[in-house]
Amino acid sequence: MLEVRDLAKTFGGLKAIDGASLDVAEGSIVGLIGPNGAGKTTLFATIAGFHKPDGGRVRFQGQDITGLPPHLLCERGMVRTFQITQPFARLSVIENVMVGAYLRTADRAEAEARAADVARRVGLGDRLQAPAGDLTVAGRKRLELARALATTPKLLLLDEVMAGLNPTEITAIVDIVRAIRDSGVTILLIEHVMQAVMSLAEHVYVLNDGRIIADGAPQAIATLPNVVEAYLGRGAAARMGGAHA
Amino acid sequence: MAPRTKLWCAAGLLLAIIYPLLFGGPVLVTRSNYAINIAFLILFAAFLGQAWNIAGGFAGQTSFGHVVFFGTGAYVSTILHVTHGWNPWLAWPVAIAAGGLVGALIGVLSFRAGLRGSYFALITLAFAEVFRILANSIPQTRGGLGMLIKADQRPENFQFRDPLWFYYLALALCVVGLLVAWWLTRSRFGARLAAIRDNEDAAKALGIDVFREKVRVLALSGAMCAAGGTVYAQKYLFIDPSIAFGVDKSVEMLLVAMIGGAGTIFGPLIGAGVLHLVGELTRDLGNVIPGIKNAQPLALIVYGLILVAIVGYLPNGLTSLFRRRR
Repeated sequence: MLEVRDLAKTFGGLKAIDGASLDVAEGSIVGLIGPNGAGKTTLFATIAGFHKPDGGRVRFQGQDITGLPPHLLCERGMVRTFQITQPFARLSVIENVMVGAYLRTADRAEAEARAADVARRVGLGDRLQAPAGDLTVAGRKRLELARALATTPKLLLLDEVMAGLNPTEITAIVDIVRAIRDSGVTILLIEHVMQAVMSLAEHVYVLNDGRIIADGAPQAIATLPNVVEAYLGRGAAARMGGAHA
Repeated sequence: MAPRTKLWCAAGLLLAIIYPLLFGGPVLVTRSNYAINIAFLILFAAFLGQAWNIAGGFAGQTSFGHVVFFGTGAYVSTILHVTHGWNPWLAWPVAIAAGGLVGALIGVLSFRAGLRGSYFALITLAFAEVFRILANSIPQTRGGLGMLIKADQRPENFQFRDPLWFYYLALALCVVGLLVAWWLTRSRFGARLAAIRDNEDAAKALGIDVFREKVRVLALSGAMCAAGGTVYAQKYLFIDPSIAFGVDKSVEMLLVAMIGGAGTIFGPLIGAGVLHLVGELTRDLGNVIPGIKNAQPLALIVYGLILVAIVGYLPNGLTSLFRRRR
């Protein structure tokens, strides 16, 4: 469904993305992990058209979409959420979600019905009329999800939808994400919450310094020495291995 | 819309329609053109404020130079009428289209360059000044002398002997403006504008062509202002560069909308009412209090105080007083 090949993005002298490649198969949940500053969000933003890549290709459903602007990608069925939630603060929850729903219909009643339906699916059914600015962190994350879903995407790029949530809230979101996948939406997610990545993702890519340094099944990834080192520093894997031995 | 709001709207419209009868003729013995004219000014300012509000309030594209569209409308219809002998009624739609075109042009240029927020506000101010200087220098506008429309008070000539008709024209424009604003609160276009106002990046991510929608709204707003420009020229029969493109009219449009409540349907109407009543009251005060010779500075001081109070205590304008708190 999504193929990223040798994608590169440079800011000034900084190579934020340095030839990253990844694949997302239709109907799967793929995780993208990596330490802070690895370039995960930049990679997302570049795939989703918010940054023009300096090199490499992105293909979506077999078509080259490299460098297309976000609104066209959204029309084709690829939508992203934001790590730092970006609600339309002066609008109510339902109005926020309707903005997404309006992508597929110009009719107000239809958009409203679809938005209410999506909002219920992510657990915002009882907050429809609340101003989006009044939502808690957990509520805002759900709102990000609902707005994106309302555009009826084929591929959902989720940028840390669980960051800042408590364990109960995380469990709830994990269930919602799984339900979204089961409804036929492919998902690529950036996540720091390992418990969530382990339980959701079938395949995980590890990004460090703008490069994919490993990929594989989540359980296998967690024990790779270079992945542990990327998080904990050089030699950490050996020391940990030593402690166990 | 709540039934109560509907009732208020109907009552307000009815009052506006019979207002001239109360103050302007059959009921009171002396006919008061003053009362008609002040009401005209309020409705006219409310309409221009609404035009600003469409772009500045609903779409969040704050402009300091909206007079550029007003002046375009005034000059296009006046040049067609005076220089080329067009009937002003026919020149009016052309002027409106020209205002829309200038709106689209300024939109394309500034939004293509990625100007947002205060940068956009400043570039619109610059455009208005460029147009003013242009109108001052080129022969088609007769430069700084201004353009005089020959008085020929016949309705088919877009001139009325009785100020009543300009009052009703302003009322009609104001109602059209209110309807456009109401439509924005109900339509996809309006929802997209609100999304752009609150968060452009999120709007993009949700499939909105932010550039296109912003150009569209500026064209709509520009066309409305231009409609007002022609009406102004036909009422006062004279325009010059500083009337048509002067910065004070831009400021008035913005004040009217902000005081009443930017991004609300009735904000500009309420703002225009308050601003003009304050203007009239301070003028009367200036005549009564012996120490004050010139009421103009007094009005400005009061405007300033009101604006400070609004920005400080009611950032969403006077209309927020009427809304029930959640």
